[in-house]
Amino acid sequence: MSKLLERLLRRLPVGWLQLTHSRARFAAAVAGVAFANLLVFMQLGIMGAMGTATLAPYNFLDADIMISAEDGNTLTDGSNVARARLFQALAVAGVERGAPLFVGILEFKLPDGTNSTLQAFATDVGDRAFLSAEIAGQFAQLTQENTALIDTETRGVAPEVFEELKAGQPFAFEINGQTLTAIGTLELGGGFSADGTLFVSDQTFLRFFGKRISGAPNHILLKVADGVSPQVVVERLRDILPEGSVQVNTLDDYKAADLAYQSLERPTGIIFGFGVLIGIIVGIVIVYQVLSTDVADHLKEYATFKAMGYQHSFFLGIVLEEATILAIFGFIPGFIVSMGLYAGLSTVTSLPVNMDVARVFMVFFGTLAACALSGAIATRRLAAADPADLF
Amino acid sequence: MREPAIITEGLDHFFGEGEARKQAIFDVNLKIEHGKLTILMGPSGSGKTTLLTLMGCLRHVEHGSVRLLGHELHGAQEAEMVHLRRKLGFIFQAHNLHESLTATQNVMMGLQVHGRGNADKQIRAAHHMLGLVGLSDRLDYLPANLSGGQKQRVAVARALASNPDVIFADEPTAALDKVSGRNVVDMLKAMGRERGTTTVMVTHDNRILELADRIITLEEGRVVRDETA
Repeated sequence: MSKLLERLLRRLPVGWLQLTHSRARFAAAVAGVAFANLLVFMQLGIMGAMGTATLAPYNFLDADIMISAEDGNTLTDGSNVARARLFQALAVAGVERGAPLFVGILEFKLPDGTNSTLQAFATDVGDRAFLSAEIAGQFAQLTQENTALIDTETRGVAPEVFEELKAGQPFAFEINGQTLTAIGTLELGGGFSADGTLFVSDQTFLRFFGKRISGAPNHILLKVADGVSPQVVVERLRDILPEGSVQVNTLDDYKAADLAYQSLERPTGIIFGFGVLIGIIVGIVIVYQVLSTDVADHLKEYATFKAMGYQHSFFLGIVLEEATILAIFGFIPGFIVSMGLYAGLSTVTSLPVNMDVARVFMVFFGTLAACALSGAIATRRLAAADPADLF
Repeated sequence: MREPAIITEGLDHFFGEGEARKQAIFDVNLKIEHGKLTILMGPSGSGKTTLLTLMGCLRHVEHGSVRLLGHELHGAQEAEMVHLRRKLGFIFQAHNLHESLTATQNVMMGLQVHGRGNADKQIRAAHHMLGLVGLSDRLDYLPANLSGGQKQRVAVARALASNPDVIFADEPTAALDKVSGRNVVDMLKAMGRERGTTTVMVTHDNRILELADRIITLEEGRVVRDETA
């Protein structure tokens, strides 16, 4: 390693030699950076899972435009929308077809007696144009009363149940004193607001939510005619629909707004974002402490180098060399342990906690930048290295 | 005619501010010729070390003048002083070796300040210098594994490796036995003869006074005696 660095730097790798002179201190410093990396990776992993879980239900919808209540921020919150808006929308030029979308939370009793929650989505079983191909094929079966498609990642349900279900064995369970029978599956993954997901027909939905009526869905999904810009139709709809009552967005815009709301406005998103910040600060403080102590311990040597005629850039180079070494050596174990914890967390929670390449690069270069910043701050202590004090 | 290596004129130096301000050097006027070994003597607190650091670009000259190798140090910018220091060699009473670097690497630091150059050449030059101070068998030793005298000899090798024009030394033989101390001073003398290297040395070591070309004695910041051999 020393020879490699000497070739790269074209000088003695003083930073490397200094860091590794005390193996115990070097190991502690690397462990500190790895811990900071772990913190950041875990917070980003959970934030990423939240984003994936937020957007996952949208993947089962196939629409261009969505009309929602003015106070709605996500797919699952907000007031209901009058179905009359659907008929108004259908009269607007460019709108080809529309359908209501119902959303609600159901609580069901698991075989072991514990309760679990399911996010239920429902639409007109006769119009499968608004569903993705993955579930549209199965949706026709939902004309049978009290039947559903269930998420195979639902927390609390034994995997064998889903294996049997895929083999054609229906899975019946109790909700609100009624029996609901899962006759098909979808793969969505757990979320933060429910343990699993159901897709049902609008009629089944209304039977399980006694207080809901067909005239007040949560959202209205629209498709525009071929060759028509959804954005243009959105503007037309905004002109004719009553202001302050509903919001009209393209589905893509609504998804983006939902994600931003979950990440930046809801406590969970803010907490995870704060966790990332804490991880970065912990990393900077650890590396600063290591480098600052290292500079303080070598002030006499640095003063000697100053007396010999070495410039400030040389010392900056040593400290940045140390910062880079700590960043790289700390990143590797931090990354490996994070991968293990991602797998464990995903298994335990059914949350889609996955490592992606962009995050790996972002954390790596972020670690380099944070270490370099710490190093640059630590070099301020070099001013105390006065060669005149050596005599 | 070549200008002396070091010229001081009306040199004063003060430490502290306000009421605590204290004068350490009083009107020092000296001309130190190239290639000579000059010894500064005097009791503790007489200003020897302060004078050494003023002449060696390690402290800013605030009153009077110091000309070092033709450069005026009064009012010199830090960058100019750093550049000038590369023409100097320093041997400190405490060896100040870098604890993480081997003897060879410590000496190489004295060479790399002049440019990154060829590492193999630098290693050979470092080994040669360590051989001259009798440490051929300690090339890859860390300072922690060397005796006090051996460390001081590594420090001497580091200071001399780049063939400096002027060497400033503070008690360089204090940690050395009689033979080693004599060898080091002989080397400095030889460099003066062969290369014109000027040496200014602070020492209390009576064993080497006979080798000096000139002995300057300071008391309370003033030159009280200036004897040429």
